[in-house]
Amino acid sequence: MHEYSIVQAMFDQIEAHARERHALAVTRVAVKIGAAAGVDVPLLKTAYETFRVRTICEKAPLDVEEVPERWSCPAGHGDIPAGHRLTCDVCGRPARLASGDEIVLERLELEVA
Amino acid sequence: MCDSCGCGDSNIVPVAVHERILANNERAARHNREHFRDHHVAVINLMGSPGAGKTAVLEATARALGAAKRLGVLVGDLATDNDARRVRAAGIQAEAITTGSACHLDADMVHRGLHRMAWRDLDILFIENVGNMVCPTDFRLGAEKRIVVISSTEGDDVVNKHPMMFRSSNIGVINKVDLAPFVGSNLDRMEADMRRYNPEMKIFRTNMKTGEGLEELLDAILA
Repeated sequence: MHEYSIVQAMFDQIEAHARERHALAVTRVAVKIGAAAGVDVPLLKTAYETFRVRTICEKAPLDVEEVPERWSCPAGHGDIPAGHRLTCDVCGRPARLASGDEIVLERLELEVA
Repeated sequence: MCDSCGCGDSNIVPVAVHERILANNERAARHNREHFRDHHVAVINLMGSPGAGKTAVLEATARALGAAKRLGVLVGDLATDNDARRVRAAGIQAEAITTGSACHLDADMVHRGLHRMAWRDLDILFIENVGNMVCPTDFRLGAEKRIVVISSTEGDDVVNKHPMMFRSSNIGVINKVDLAPFVGSNLDRMEADMRRYNPEMKIFRTNMKTGEGLEELLDAILA
């Protein structure tokens, strides 16, 4: 249940952006969550819905873009399927996570005077 | 105010942010790490399920290294300081971080914990995380090594259920190997799964009650 901590960190970050631009409110929040980030997206949404009340995000729906997990060879021998042993079949190097560990605040829409 | 038509409505402006949500924790973790490096303290984030044997690893380490190395432990626990007391009874300095409801430690909690202990004189500081196989993986603390302890009694599919924990740890410990036959766990399968998710992981099979495998694990901790 660290999704609550992630939402809390997100509110802190959003408030800083809103303050910087003297926003009256936040009207939309978009995040990117990777499949290998260890974040349960439904739980994240529930945490957001529960805790946005009486915050600057009260009016802002949350958009979540889920990013698939992709592993590749660091020496350029191509992708390694997730679930496979995470080593390159060609050169034996450990695979590198090319994408899928994102926990990223992507975009905001702010209401400004 | 909307300048174009004078209606008095506010404007909606899009802002491209592209920031990692846990960036503040990562900053705090780097800050901790600088402290640890400045004072030449090796720091280890010790993770695993409740009951896997994290505290037993600390007790056994204290018995084996307590005379030669200055050891300390920061113990994260939801509600009690039982683990801190167990470690102190084994003869090493320990400070509890009671997290209340949080299922993991974060870098700030560790920083505040450091203020309550004389960590600068230590050779090795262990940070015993809250018993949990999911949440601690996303929160860096500033440790140079991450150890995950599992018990054979968790079942031999425990690694497959928590791939992130094994991908992000340097050392894997399969503890309570003596109990594997009683619960039908296949230790080879557990080890093979760990290697599949993390080919670089150093893996040890241990029994903290008898000390089996401890020496090899300590070599990896001290390396």
